[in-house]
Amino acid sequence: MRKAIKISILIGTAAAWLCAVGMSRAADPDEQKFDRIQRGHYLATVADCFACHTVPKVGKPFAGARPLETPFGVITTPNITPDPETGIGAWTDQQFDDAVRKGVLPNGKRLYPAMPFPAYTKMPREDVLAIRAYLATVEPVHQAVKTNTLPFPFNIREAMWVWDALYFTEGEYKPDNSKSAAWNRGAYLVQGPGHCTTCHTPKSFLGGDKNAENLRGSILQGWFAPDITGDSKQGLGDWSEADIRTYLKTGHNRISAATGLMAEEVVNATSHYRDSDLSAIATYLKSLPQRQDNPAAPQPESSLMTAGQAIYQDKCSACHGIDGAGVPMLFPSLVQSGLAHATDPSSAIRLVLRGGRSVATKQEPTAPGMPSFGWQLNNDEVAAVLTYIRNAWQKAAGPVSADAVGKTRDQLATRAD
Amino acid sequence: MPRKLPKKDVVIVGLGWTGSIMANELTDEGLDVIAIERGPWRDTPTEFPPNYAQDELRYRIRHELFLRPEQTTFTFRNKMNQTALPIREWGSFMPPNGVGGGGVHWNSETWRFQPSDFVLKTHLIERYGASFLPEDMTIQDWGVTYDDLEPHYDAFEYLCGTSGMAGNLRGKIQDGGNPFEGPRSRPYPNPPQKQPFSHALFGKAARDLGYKPFPQPSGNMSQAYTNPLGLHLGPCTYCGFCEWFGCGNYSKASPQTTVLPHLIRKSNFSLRDNSEVTHINVDRSGKRATGVTFVDTGGDEWEQPADLVILAAYTVFNVQLLLHSKIGTPYDPVANKGVIGRNFTHQTISSVNGFFDNKKFNFNPFISSGSIGMCIDEFNGDNFDHGPHGFVGGGYMGQVQTGGRPIQTTPVPPGTPKWGAAWKSAARDNYLSSVKPGSGVHGSFYSYRDVYLDLDPTYTDRFGRPLMRMTIDFHDNELKQNAFLTDKFAEIIQAMGAHTVEKQYRKGPYDATEYQTTHLNGGAIMGTDPTTSALNRYLQSWDVPNLFVTGATAFPQNAGYNPTGTVAALAFWAAAAIRSQYLKNPGPLVHA
Repeated sequence: MRKAIKISILIGTAAAWLCAVGMSRAADPDEQKFDRIQRGHYLATVADCFACHTVPKVGKPFAGARPLETPFGVITTPNITPDPETGIGAWTDQQFDDAVRKGVLPNGKRLYPAMPFPAYTKMPREDVLAIRAYLATVEPVHQAVKTNTLPFPFNIREAMWVWDALYFTEGEYKPDNSKSAAWNRGAYLVQGPGHCTTCHTPKSFLGGDKNAENLRGSILQGWFAPDITGDSKQGLGDWSEADIRTYLKTGHNRISAATGLMAEEVVNATSHYRDSDLSAIATYLKSLPQRQDNPAAPQPESSLMTAGQAIYQDKCSACHGIDGAGVPMLFPSLVQSGLAHATDPSSAIRLVLRGGRSVATKQEPTAPGMPSFGWQLNNDEVAAVLTYIRNAWQKAAGPVSADAVGKTRDQLATRAD
Repeated sequence: MPRKLPKKDVVIVGLGWTGSIMANELTDEGLDVIAIERGPWRDTPTEFPPNYAQDELRYRIRHELFLRPEQTTFTFRNKMNQTALPIREWGSFMPPNGVGGGGVHWNSETWRFQPSDFVLKTHLIERYGASFLPEDMTIQDWGVTYDDLEPHYDAFEYLCGTSGMAGNLRGKIQDGGNPFEGPRSRPYPNPPQKQPFSHALFGKAARDLGYKPFPQPSGNMSQAYTNPLGLHLGPCTYCGFCEWFGCGNYSKASPQTTVLPHLIRKSNFSLRDNSEVTHINVDRSGKRATGVTFVDTGGDEWEQPADLVILAAYTVFNVQLLLHSKIGTPYDPVANKGVIGRNFTHQTISSVNGFFDNKKFNFNPFISSGSIGMCIDEFNGDNFDHGPHGFVGGGYMGQVQTGGRPIQTTPVPPGTPKWGAAWKSAARDNYLSSVKPGSGVHGSFYSYRDVYLDLDPTYTDRFGRPLMRMTIDFHDNELKQNAFLTDKFAEIIQAMGAHTVEKQYRKGPYDATEYQTTHLNGGAIMGTDPTTSALNRYLQSWDVPNLFVTGATAFPQNAGYNPTGTVAALAFWAAAAIRSQYLKNPGPLVHA
């Protein structure tokens, strides 16, 4: 009897799956078209679906189950392989499109914006369906994932109705005809599939994008994703378009190096972007204007600067140089580092306390690392040396407090990576 | 029974300089390569970061980067009629351990041997006659020439970003370089390092005495460098913690900085660390290696089959593995027969400390690098007429002081009490105004019938196998050479303006407790005659053609230079032979 039920379930599932396939094929007779799958693969790479939907190093591609940390708790990513039961194999194209561009699940429930549908909504439907066509070709993995692992009250998905009303603007990217085609392509990639905004745009207390501060830097998972506008103080003002291209392609350039979450992004996604797309992104980012609201940073105490300078010369200058200029492609320039001069020093504090490994790529395999100084420098000393770095060499980014260092140190104590 | 692993094209024993070079070359050829390394994985930012790499107690005194004698050691004696005893603490040399091998802790002095060094026996007999050589000296020609190796020296120098001044560019002598070197096809990839005060003063004094001083060729970067594999090195900071230490600043050429980040990205390369190869396996014919057996840290035995076996461990471990695996005939010094263990050599070094008026001289000795220094080569190899002196060989000499590290750099003039207030005040008064050149006289060590390696009859290792026994002593030829060179060196130190010079001649007997460089050589030497050499000119075993042995193991005798440049050039040379000849037709590359 039990066996019979099982078989009937199997048949039922298979029927549903075949039906779904049949439906999507019926909707688009050209689904297997090679160039569509190729385009979908590229777009899936640009959108970096892999990063969130794969457990790093050990997980099967796109099988989900990666825990994502949000300010509201941990969300576990779903399986997006074509497995009909535990993946998305049984979804119709419309259901896929609704999830990606509207944040609505087949059962009508709402996705949390950890899935960057507020960015993906900028994609045209054919791009989304191309991704779908590619995902239909990856290895199906039978792996059920409990995705909603948020604590109460955030686990009430119905609340997302309100969130969507507040923060979600549905709709494809609208080109700005006063700008070049490259600029528009860059804007599309950054705001849409590349979803740079997801990490780099400041968030409201409910996690919505503060669009007025587009790409001016935001905190996530203990890192401050820096300002990537053309702002000369905290952003990419000192970077040329070639610097941006090189960084995204190789993870390194004459000024900086990717580490932390950006290292993953480079490996999984940007190093595979087409050169023309990297140029377009560079064009767009460089066009984003100077901050109008750059407040004058408070002057650090001279005793703090003196102490910081001594620590800098002792601990940092061997690699980064007495002049803070570093060595191109090897040791980041602190003089030109937007990250070092960011209003929020979280990433800088974290790097000093815990060190970091820069990314290794095909073009730049060296992957130099910075050692941890957390065991060697106390909070006052870290604050002093960062204060020096932020305010030496004709820069004025304000002091870092020992309290801020202490808070980051406490937070890091609970983090594995 | 060991558990058998899937077969590979190539198994490499040891992942130091030559293992890394071989692995990179052979994976470029498309072969599937595994390296098996006895020690741990080592990586710059995690193993020797700049915020604690400069720890003299940890690395120099307590030997952090070296093999633990508890894991394996050797027995040692001077003479054949003595009973050898186990070395329980490293002294005269430092067996490396772990990924990078000696390339982690070396000073990066990157020399080429002279053209005549490779045809030494022929050259000396031609110039001085056979009777000029001591009767029991067993020097040989290498079977390979400087011209054969020149492209491979060049490849290594460009891999490393060697800083130096060419002295002989395609036959044209260059001002400021070493006029005695063999012709090089192009300049060093980087200009020489800057010389601190005492090193520059030595150069001036040597020039005033009529010598031609030149900056020591250095694997410490004089400027930022990107090597042919796309790896970046940073400029040396002259921190003075180089020898004994890993470089945290990516400023010293090492497998870690110049090869490994590129190599480990290759899908046809893999590595097992913390795994000690105990045996090279051969088939029933005894003429074909089938792979190696190794033991992991849990004591489990594994067999790694492979078509090609590359022995790339430290000199003496290569010999030990050959002896334990019964490959080649063990050397018998009495019968003067056999090859495995013969022509074991080291280096003949000495120094001269100079003490200067501390009101006039402030050398800041801590400003330094591993291969800093001004050197002269007038007394190396056969650059001078040995006829009147009654010895052969020689060495470079120079103010090559590599630091002013506090535990070991407290030179005091002769006659100072060894402790107490008088010693303290002398140490204080002289620290900034003395020169302590380390291995200032860096002499050759030629080979002799009674200096060799074999298996000890008494002591065994943790697997119950005999330890390897070293029988080594200085012969009169080397002691005479050293006395002559040390006196010449002292004249230059004196001419720098020293009020006191303290000559520290190398004296016999060979002392296993005093550091004398890690340049052990020989034991499975290359040559043209299978009765007196273990390897042919391509480092291929005469007995087992799918076995190649890299490293200074192959040196028939040691020249008056640091060996790494030649060790690496030979590895590139052998790799080229494997790629261009052996793979097309696996078998002996030389028919004896």
